[in-house]
Amino acid sequence: MSAAARPREADSAARKAPVPAADRWGERRAPVRNAIVLVASLFALWQIAYWIVGDVALRSPWQTLRYTALTLTHTHLFWIHLANTLEAFALALLIAVVVGLLIGFALGLHRLSGEAMEPMLVALYSIPKITLYPILLLAFGLGMSAKVAFGAIHGIIPVALFTLNALRGIKPILLKTGRVLKLDSTMMIRSILFPAAVPEIFTGLRVGFSLTLIGTVLGEMFAAQHGLGYLLMNAIGLYNIDVIMSVTFLLVVFAAVVNAVLLGIDRRLHFRG
Amino acid sequence: MRVAGTTPGDHANAAPKTAQRARGTRAWAVTLYQVAVIMGFVVVLEVLCLTGVIDKITMPPPHRIVVDFVKLLASGKMWPEIGKSMANVLLAFVLAYALGIGIGTALHGYRTLRDTLDPLFATYYAIPVFAFYPLFIVMFGLGDGPQVLIGVLLGVVAVIVTTLNGLDRVPAVLRKTAAIARLGPLQTALRVTLPFCAPYLLTAAKLALAYAFIGVIGSEFIMARTGMGYEIGFAYTNFDNATMYPLILLILLLSVGMNGLLTRWEKILLARRGMR
Repeated sequence: MSAAARPREADSAARKAPVPAADRWGERRAPVRNAIVLVASLFALWQIAYWIVGDVALRSPWQTLRYTALTLTHTHLFWIHLANTLEAFALALLIAVVVGLLIGFALGLHRLSGEAMEPMLVALYSIPKITLYPILLLAFGLGMSAKVAFGAIHGIIPVALFTLNALRGIKPILLKTGRVLKLDSTMMIRSILFPAAVPEIFTGLRVGFSLTLIGTVLGEMFAAQHGLGYLLMNAIGLYNIDVIMSVTFLLVVFAAVVNAVLLGIDRRLHFRG
Repeated sequence: MRVAGTTPGDHANAAPKTAQRARGTRAWAVTLYQVAVIMGFVVVLEVLCLTGVIDKITMPPPHRIVVDFVKLLASGKMWPEIGKSMANVLLAFVLAYALGIGIGTALHGYRTLRDTLDPLFATYYAIPVFAFYPLFIVMFGLGDGPQVLIGVLLGVVAVIVTTLNGLDRVPAVLRKTAAIARLGPLQTALRVTLPFCAPYLLTAAKLALAYAFIGVIGSEFIMARTGMGYEIGFAYTNFDNATMYPLILLILLLSVGMNGLLTRWEKILLARRGMR
């Protein structure tokens, strides 16, 4: 390097040097602090809403927590519904991930197919899929399989779309390297395409996770005899606000916590790439 | 970093005719592919229905759905429901869009507030907003309010995030110019920064519209007394396939059509700015 560049380097090093430990600490703590402030404000808003609306239609955060911990989770029926939802969700997620990855890879490896199908997938993504639920119900009958299918169709499209775009966004030099090394297509996928596309694919899985959960619960809300969605709709019929608040709270917390964890992994993967 | 000569646009400048022709054939191939996929899908369904693999109670053959579709629209009995749903979709869209752009623009200047809200934005779409619908029904009654509210809640955050994204890309020189012209914050937003973000705002419109549709029709479907979503649910419980399938087709056509229109507009806008 030339002499002119050296002072600048030294300068920037000096600027960074004096407060590295404390500064980095603060930076790392900032997201945690933000999250705490955010959660606290959301609880405060909830409490204020309760003060305004009153007992007719809402419960306070404290009442909801107490009901969830002391009453809801002590009923046998709740655990049956929860197990049912989790089973449907797990199956739906498995199908969504496998089928989504297969579609994404098939379209990502063939350029014309990718270009033609991407706008169609985006269009499918934007339709209110709930209107397709009656078709699934007629095809699968009322029960587990319709719910699983409905959850899966919510998740398949984002997983496929993100995978497709991940493969398309791979740097050409990586592909050329693979070709120079004369890799066959399985080796190419295993040692070049997949590792290079992992961060984006993971983002797709994260989005797919959320949407599959929404799809599964939504399916239960419209037509089911088991599951948390059914519990919610049943509670409306019985005007049981405690149950509505508790189940909604549990669903939101579950979705938010899992998403936060996945988001952390997601960011780390992207950062590494 | 992009190297000159590697983007399709640069190629077009170097050799306009061949590149244009190549792109034209490619576009044709893509369109042909898409038409073939849709036609293939319809034909397979038709064959499966006619041969009885899919029985009549599950699904009428596609040509029957089209006939029923025309009949249903001609009979006129669905128009009030369609009008009602679309009015709610439009209301939810306008509210989510205006609120989202307003909040996004206001938020852009406040770094700390934005950092605090960032985890909320990142987690927001993981939250099953529909789970709040029962709560809203209890709070506001079984009317249009909860449906529109769900549509707005689904859409507004997408608009905020997209607006922030667009505002982040405004070059500093534009802000400086606005400052030199002594524009206030509102004037700067309305005359300089937001017009610069037009492509982003169009993307936001697309998202808000899709979410308004999903929110309103979905809510009607779960629990309501009127609207297209409700009619589909009603037809389902009565095994009325002659009403259910045409309505589903109508909703698919409406949402895909509106989305397509906005996408086309977006492409024109981006092309004019040389961004695509």
